[in-house]
Amino acid sequence: MIKILVCISNVPDTTTKIKFTNNNKTLDNTGTQWIINPWDELALTRAIEMKEAAPGAVQSVTVAHVGLADSEPTIRKALAMGADDAIRVNATANDSYSVAVQLSEVVKNNSFDIILCGIESSDYNNSTVGGMLSEILGIPSVSSVSNVTLEGDQVKLKREIDGGFETISVSNPFVAIVQKGIAKEPRIPSMRGIMSARTKTLQVLEGIQTEELVEYVDFVLPSAKSSCKKIDPENVKELINLLHNEAKVI
Amino acid sequence: MSVLVYTENWDGKFKKLTFELISYANEIAKKLNVDVTALSIGDVSDEELQKLGKYGAKKVLSVKDARLKNLENNAYTSIVSKAVVTENASVIVLSNNYTGKALAPRLSVRLKAGLASGVVELPSNIEPFVIKKKLFSGKAFANVCVKTPLKVLTLFQNSFEIKISDNNLSIQNLSVEINDSDIKTSILDVNKQTNKLLLTDADIVVSGGRGMKGPENWWAIEELATLLDAATACSRPVSDEGWRTHEEHTGQTGKVIAPNLYIACGISGAIQHIAGVSSSKCIVAINKDPEAPIFEVADYGIVGDVMTVLPELINSVKEFKNSI
Ligand SMILES: Cc1cc2nc3c(=O)[nH]c(=O)nc-3n(C[C@H](O)[C@H](O)[C@H](O)COP(=O)(O)OP(=O)(O)OC[C@H]3O[C@@H](n4cnc5c(N)ncnc54)[C@H](O)[C@@H]3O)c2cc1C
Ligand SMILES: Nc1ncnc2c1ncn2[C@@H]1O[C@H](COP(=O)(O)O)[C@@H](O)[C@H]1O
Repeated sequence: MIKILVCISNVPDTTTKIKFTNNNKTLDNTGTQWIINPWDELALTRAIEMKEAAPGAVQSVTVAHVGLADSEPTIRKALAMGADDAIRVNATANDSYSVAVQLSEVVKNNSFDIILCGIESSDYNNSTVGGMLSEILGIPSVSSVSNVTLEGDQVKLKREIDGGFETISVSNPFVAIVQKGIAKEPRIPSMRGIMSARTKTLQVLEGIQTEELVEYVDFVLPSAKSSCKKIDPENVKELINLLHNEAKVI
Repeated sequence: MSVLVYTENWDGKFKKLTFELISYANEIAKKLNVDVTALSIGDVSDEELQKLGKYGAKKVLSVKDARLKNLENNAYTSIVSKAVVTENASVIVLSNNYTGKALAPRLSVRLKAGLASGVVELPSNIEPFVIKKKLFSGKAFANVCVKTPLKVLTLFQNSFEIKISDNNLSIQNLSVEINDSDIKTSILDVNKQTNKLLLTDADIVVSGGRGMKGPENWWAIEELATLLDAATACSRPVSDEGWRTHEEHTGQTGKVIAPNLYIACGISGAIQHIAGVSSSKCIVAINKDPEAPIFEVADYGIVGDVMTVLPELINSVKEFKNSI
């Protein structure tokens, strides 16, 4: 029986206005709505679909998160969507390497067969944790995966490449780093799901000592864009003129 | 010491992105007073490899192994690691594309090297090593300090100017012992178009949103794109509706692109859409609603109906092309 792990990160809602405090050294999270990272939400949706489609083949879907107690509402949402149980590693997630180390301990202690990570966290856009986790564990990784299917105990992955797709087979355990396409729409928790989430197991583990390889020094906002130059719809030629002579892009 | 660049090839050829990467690595190498070595995996002709010298590479290490035609994360990581050792590299540069994103994290762990991904500039400081990267899909940047002696960087596409810097290039074969057991994944099938201009490579992109009303009007987007040698893109609802394929959808959950010119037709400019296109050098918006948020990020805007503006625009481009 296959055990699936979905690694979820907790990120500000994608419409959040970005602000900093403490001399631009810290993100200002006042009023921020936190959500499951959109790719992780899709990954979890796919994992649940796989279990529903093949209850005899998939034993369980677990979610894991590295973070402090304030991210528990996000983990509960994952349980409400349909994950069977959850693990939170109690550690601050400052750098991808340390997060991957913490997650690797979770995998080692639970022998998961399929590990799903998102292609990137929508806040730091790192695209690193999944690959790092696979390397720490010494298992295969397949990235930019847009489909995972089970055919008996064989796993088939569809990976996007420049200009097309590859179909890949890989043996368990492995890490699939997933992107759009993996599920159509994120699953919306049902009322029953929300009720049962309260009683599902959310195990809290203490993080191990680990090192950090990078450190965020400070943050910067992009320089303000000059305002939009409006062109009269009756005079479209003027646009071509500007693109050629002013912007020099055609 | 050296700066090592992983130069990906597409059916034996390099792209603009490769030359951008070498130019970038060359500037870092100058700061460090070392040379640039490029690593190429796959079947690339010497003639093609020679091109890398033009942008500053001093040496190319070429690994030709028929089993490595397609990306295999574990085996490729072994090869790059070997090159890092033979070249005594202190910085490894990859592109922040599918391949770079797949390899950089594995390299980071295997070599205990801090990784800064999606970097957009040269390091602002070498000791300590501080570099600027993109966050929140371009809504912010961070200065990241890479604390390890060896650094891995992935460069965000189209963020560095290509520079010619002629060098006498030497080509060497690198032999790396790859056992079948190092190859952990097997490719059952490849399905790709090789002749089509890729959205992520295009200098110009013409994109349509729900304001285009339906697939029957897409001929205008395609005609304009053909005239401008552009690729076509769309907003997410357009691909969700099945008007266009999912490979064309740009934004937060789709492709992130950085062309020189992005023309948005009937796209409202939702924050999740902008996340994928905000790095474009120049944005043109055509939208009938003067309050549409797309105008906040556009450089040039036409407030009007795409049904009438696009045909006009197509004619103007034709006239322009005839005049030059
Ligand atoms: C988690 C999440 C992730 C998302 N990811 C993405 C993503 O990656 N990419 C993405 O695109 N969206 C994404 N979205 C959806 C996004 O929020 C918007 O809904 C979407 O971008 C809107 O697409 P649109 O501009 O084509 O359509 P609309 O918002 O419907 O806008 C149509 C525009 O066309 C204009 N228009 C109508 N008729 C005409 C006409 N005749 N002539 C000229 N203009 C006309 C209208 O004024 C309007 O501004 C995401 C949403 C969420 C919640
Ligand atoms: N703190 C975290 N806890 C658990 N998983 C995480 C965490 N951060 C990142 N991940 C996983 O790694 C993926 C890529 O994130 P990143 O490398 O931060 O861009 C995410 O989509 C998650 O699957």
